[in-house]
Formats: sequence, C-alpha cells, structure tokens
Amino acid sequence: MKGHLQIKNARVIDPTNKTIDSYDVFIVKGKIAALGNKPEGFDAERTLDASGLSLIPGMVDLCARLREPGAVHKADIASECRAASAGGVTTLCCPPDTDPVIDEPAVIELIHHKAKIAARTKVLVLGALSHGLKGERLSEMWALQNAGCIGVSNARAPVINTQVLRRAYSYAANNGLTVFIEPDDHWLSMQGCAHDGPVATRLGLQGIPVSAETIALSRSLELIAETGVRAHFGRLSCAHSVELIRRAKQEGMNISADVSAHQLHLSENDISSFNSAFHVLPPLRSMRDMTALRLGVADGTIDIICSDHQPHDADSKQQPFPSAAPGISALDTLLPLVLALVDEGELELHTAVRALTSNPANTLNSAAGTLTIGAAADLCLYENNIDWQLDENNMHSRGKNSPFIGWNFRNRVKHTIINGTLIYSASQ
Amino acid sequence: MVNKPSKASLLAQDAWNIQLDARGRLKHFLTIEGLGSEILNTILDTAESFANINEQSVKKVPLLRGKTIVNLFFEASTRTRTTFELAAKRLSADVLNINISTSATSKGETLLDTLRNIQAMQCDMFIVRHNDSGAAHHIANHVSPRISVINAGDGRHAHPTQAMLDMFTIRRSKGHDFGRLRVAIVGDLLHSRVARSQIHALNTLNTGEVRVIGPKTLIPAGIEDMGVTVYNDMATGIKDADVVIMLRLQKERMLGALLPSEQEFYTMYGLTREKLKLAKADAIVMHPGPINRGVEIESAVADGPQSVILKQVTYGIAVRMAVMSMVLGREPDSENDSDGEAQT
Repeated sequence: MKGHLQIKNARVIDPTNKTIDSYDVFIVKGKIAALGNKPEGFDAERTLDASGLSLIPGMVDLCARLREPGAVHKADIASECRAASAGGVTTLCCPPDTDPVIDEPAVIELIHHKAKIAARTKVLVLGALSHGLKGERLSEMWALQNAGCIGVSNARAPVINTQVLRRAYSYAANNGLTVFIEPDDHWLSMQGCAHDGPVATRLGLQGIPVSAETIALSRSLELIAETGVRAHFGRLSCAHSVELIRRAKQEGMNISADVSAHQLHLSENDISSFNSAFHVLPPLRSMRDMTALRLGVADGTIDIICSDHQPHDADSKQQPFPSAAPGISALDTLLPLVLALVDEGELELHTAVRALTSNPANTLNSAAGTLTIGAAADLCLYENNIDWQLDENNMHSRGKNSPFIGWNFRNRVKHTIINGTLIYSASQ
Repeated sequence: MVNKPSKASLLAQDAWNIQLDARGRLKHFLTIEGLGSEILNTILDTAESFANINEQSVKKVPLLRGKTIVNLFFEASTRTRTTFELAAKRLSADVLNINISTSATSKGETLLDTLRNIQAMQCDMFIVRHNDSGAAHHIANHVSPRISVINAGDGRHAHPTQAMLDMFTIRRSKGHDFGRLRVAIVGDLLHSRVARSQIHALNTLNTGEVRVIGPKTLIPAGIEDMGVTVYNDMATGIKDADVVIMLRLQKERMLGALLPSEQEFYTMYGLTREKLKLAKADAIVMHPGPINRGVEIESAVADGPQSVILKQVTYGIAVRMAVMSMVLGREPDSENDSDGEAQT
C-alpha cells in the first residue's frame, strides 16, 4: 500500500527504552506504525533490507550554522540541509547570528521557507535574545515565538550589561522560552584564539583563559536561578564548566548542557602547527579538559553532543591562524566521532545515542529523537566496523574546513529516512 | 575507534620540518624551535666569517649575485628592514622593499593573492614581517617551492634572526660554552617574539640557566614549559646573571591595564646601575632595540661599559648574511627546489 515502508532486520538501538534488538520497523504514512510485529493491514510498498545496519532515531543537532541568510558564498540552507541529511541529522537547530540577525519574523519565515524547499533535514530556529544581538534592547520575543522560533539566544555575541541580561532571561521566562547560552566573557576572550596555556604561549597566540567561560557561566546560573528561566548551556570547553553544571544540576536547577563533538577529540596540542582548521571558539583546551568533557557526557552531566557546524569557504581559512575564521565544518563527522568514543569504550552506546537524539529533542521541546509509535519516522541507519577515511571529496557540506580530514573512521551513515521517505543512501 | 591522524600527524610534522629541505639543510628560517644545535652553530660560524668581511673597507661579496630578495613588511619596521637590506646588498643580491600595510591588503586583496602577485615577479626569497603569529609558516606553506621565506617577526611568535644575532653577541663576549652561563630576560615576555626565539635558541645551545623576569601580568601562562625559571622579583632574578637581556616595553601596555605606569615599571623592573650590580661583575647587557631610556633601562647602563646593544646591531648584519647565504646558496636539491610551479 502507498506509504508503507518496512525496514528489515535492522539492529535497532532505542535510546528511550535502552534496548538493542534485531527486528523490523514498520512505517505508515511517514510515522512509525510498529516495531517488531507487522501491524494489521500493513502491506509494504517498499522494503529496505537493513541486515548488518544499526538503526537509531534521526539525530537532532542542537547547533548548526547554515550560512543563509548572509554568507551564501560559504554555504546555504539547501547545501547544508543536504549535508545534514547525509550525516544522519534529521532535525537541526540554527542559531540567530545570521546576517540579518534572526530578530524579526521575516528572517524566520525565510529560513523555514528555504528549508521546506530543500525538503530534507527539518530546521528549527533560535531567535535573538537581544535586538540585533547587540545586548542592549530586548528582542520582540513574542513575535519571534509566534513566527516559530523555539528558543532565544545571543549566540556568542556578548550581553555586557548584566541588567539587560537579567531582564532578557526574565522576559524569556515570561514567554515560556528556553534561553540557549554560549558562555563567554567578552573582555576575557577578546582577540583570543587559543586556550591560555603553554601551547598558546609557545606559539605566541593570544590566550583565552578558562575563566572566560566559567565566569559567564556562573553569571548566567545566578540569573537563571533568580528569574526561573529554562536554560541550556552550549559548547562547553572546560573541566571546571562541567563541574559547575554538575553542581547546579545537583541543586535541582532546570538546565541542560552540550558539548561539540570535536571538543571530545581534540586539544590545544593540535594547534601546534598553526593549522587554521583547528581554530575554533571556544578554543581547544588541555587534555585534562577534554577528559573531563568526556566524563561529563558519560555521567550525564552533559546531556547533548552537537556538531557546532560552521562551514567556511577556502579563503576564510587560508589565513594566518589568528586571522582565519574560527569554526569547523562538522555535520559529516558528528556520528563517526561520537561512535568512535563508544568503540574506544569511553561512552556507553545508549548514552551516546541519547546525546544525539532524545536529549537534544527534549531541550528543544521537540517530539523528534525517539522510536515511539506514532512519532515521525525520522531514522538514521549506519554501518559499523567498516574502514573509511574522510577527505574533501567525500564531505557533503559545502565547507571543507575539517581538521579531521585524513582521519580513519569505523562508522558511517548508510541511509537517512525523514517522515518515512528515504532521503539519503550512501553510495558504496 | 578512530584511527588517529594518519595524514593529519604527517601534516603537523611537515609544518615543523618545512624549514628544512630533503637533505636537512635550511630552506626557510621561520622559528628556532625544532632546529638542532648543529644548524644554529653553523649559522653562528658562518656569521663569524661575514663579521670579518664587514670590518674590511670593501664589504661586498658576490655570493648571491643575480638573486632577488623581497622585503615583505606587513608591519612597520626601520631597523630590522634596514639590516636585512644591507645584508642582502653586501651579498650582491637585488633587493626590493614592499610595505604592505599601506598598500594591497587594505584594498581588500587577500594575503595569498598579494603573495602570488609578488612571486610572479620571479624572486628567490621573501623576508616577512607580519603582525599575526604563524604568518611566516602560513606564507612558507603557500609560496612557490622555489621561494625561501625568512621570518623577520610574526606577531608574538618568533623573530629567529634577532635571536641568532643575540646568540652571536653572547658567544663573542662569553665564549662558546653556553653551559656555564646564566641568562636573564627581563620585561614584557607576554608580547615578545624576540624572547620566545631567544629562549628556544638558548636552550638549544644548552645554556646553563634561562630566567625570565617580569610582573605576573606580562609573563604568559605556562612559559615554564619552554624551559625557563620565572622570577617576579627583579633583584632575585638578576642575581649572578652573566647576561641580562632587557625587552622593549610598548607604551600601549598601560592602556590594557597590564601595568599602572611607566614609572612604576621602571622602579620595579628597569635596569639601573644599582640593580645591575646584583648580576655578575662582568655581566653584559643586551636589548633588541629600540630602547626606551628611563622605562626599561637607565641611560648610564645603556651607554655604559657592560652594554653590548650597539654591537648587537652590527652583528645583526653578519648573522642575516649568514642565514641568507645558507638558505639561498644551497646547491639545487632534488624535485623540491627545482620545481617552479606554485603549489597553491
């Protein structure tokens, strides 16, 4: 029957029920109709043999820059939605630091419209916390919410005036909006491009101390407690930040936190050759910080792993290290990098999958990221135990700025299904 | 499991080894870090022979006749550019001075476009100064393989010819055995590319002890890892030093709240006759210039008998001649050097 898809013999990893079993998945009209036993009246229009493949809910990426509007010479919504779907990401969330900034409904409408035309990964949008991200006036949060933004954020732009920040949190709480925070103290990180430590000292690079992150994080924690806003901390980079989040959660605060996948694999030592592919913000920190971030994910202090995808054109990166644009093109490596931690025994498979699916969905108040009967059939099927190497040609993103080029991986996305439609299949 | 950087680690190694050609000879001179004492001593020995030439009335040798050297300065400089120019001319090379801070990049041309244009003029060597740390590595990675790059200062990272002329000055005053020397570097370590290169050079030449002295605001995090002892107190740090190297203090440091005033810095860390008495009686005093009298050094010390500051300038020419002749005087190597195509 039309719209009936049967996925056969997949190794199904269900993060909600914490099970791994081999069974069939039945999809009817874009939704998950049954797991295991064929539902009544099901007549497969199409079957997909998934023997040897693992199946997880489609991944939910909490932070991916699409570069549109504003920097379409780097990438655009169509190109990055294609890359996201090829990376197994079926829902992504785009921060408000586009150009123009997402501080009025028209920009949200534009992004939703282009994403709909691209007809691949679903795109959610964060609105600006302050007008123009300038940290001076509140944005029209009600209007933004009405136009479909699912939270507010000032991205990495500073809100220097603490009174403005407190009122912005309070107003977001009033509207039931979650604030998404990238903790960064403007003054302490100004002009910095590397972790303030021995490597930056040796290379003569302006350092960004750990306190740039922890001071901003502590300030926000106090204001969250006072205003009662629901908050999410993104892109953590320091061991001490993990500790602060852990304590706040123990005290019962309603917060969640994420880390980008590259922070779980790279450290300050990687910038030693001035390779601008490793220039990211927040900077790559010490090995000790990296280990603490891994432990934070493993024990659930850090709920989510995101890509922090930032595609660039070649010119933006072909500059001396401090002048090169920060950021990594990361959609292609999100799943392989996270599953590498599972293969290395650093993370439990279910923890890893939850950090990529149901946890970010919860933070976004989205129904995505699960295998619940009746949920949209957004699925990712991947191969494990293969050997492949990342290079510019097999990257799907238009941005080729990955420090992982040349790395070998064992896991790779094979099929991506969105609303029951097979959107992507890897070629052999 | 990720099979960790197969290619990535090779790239990283390349980035350090790009200074050497396939036969281990100096092809670029970007940083002291990663070079062995053998190469550093060869530079010093070669400089010794040029120093003698420079003392003669006819100061020119034909070693680099027909070679074109471009002074590519993205940051203002008089002294360094002049000594490079003089060194190149004494080796009979043609010299072109290009000041980029006022030309191309302010018109929106990218750094690499500027380089491609200049290398299309068939030159053999770029002497580069740029305000970004890592700029010299970046340029060396992207120029045509037939062009050599000498770093004349990149951001806070390195100034290797300055460090080598300092080593030359120390060797002339104190002899070849650095092992018995105690060297103190004083002042603004945080912003100093000269100090970083000096530290690498001193440690590569097995200096007995390298000390850095300055206020906590001007000592960068983890500098101990470079093989130095940190002193925040001048009197303790300078005690029994054989060599005292003063660094230049930029006036804009007061604005960034790194220091309260020049006077206070001078009181605490300025090299006065009195403080110099704490060093060994035969200690020499060095400064990369230009000096701020009354800020980091007392005039009577700068002009005094222990000062070798002007000798440093003189030796700078010989050391730069040595580096240029070693780099450009190589017999053509295999495919690396003869290949005239740009790799970018």
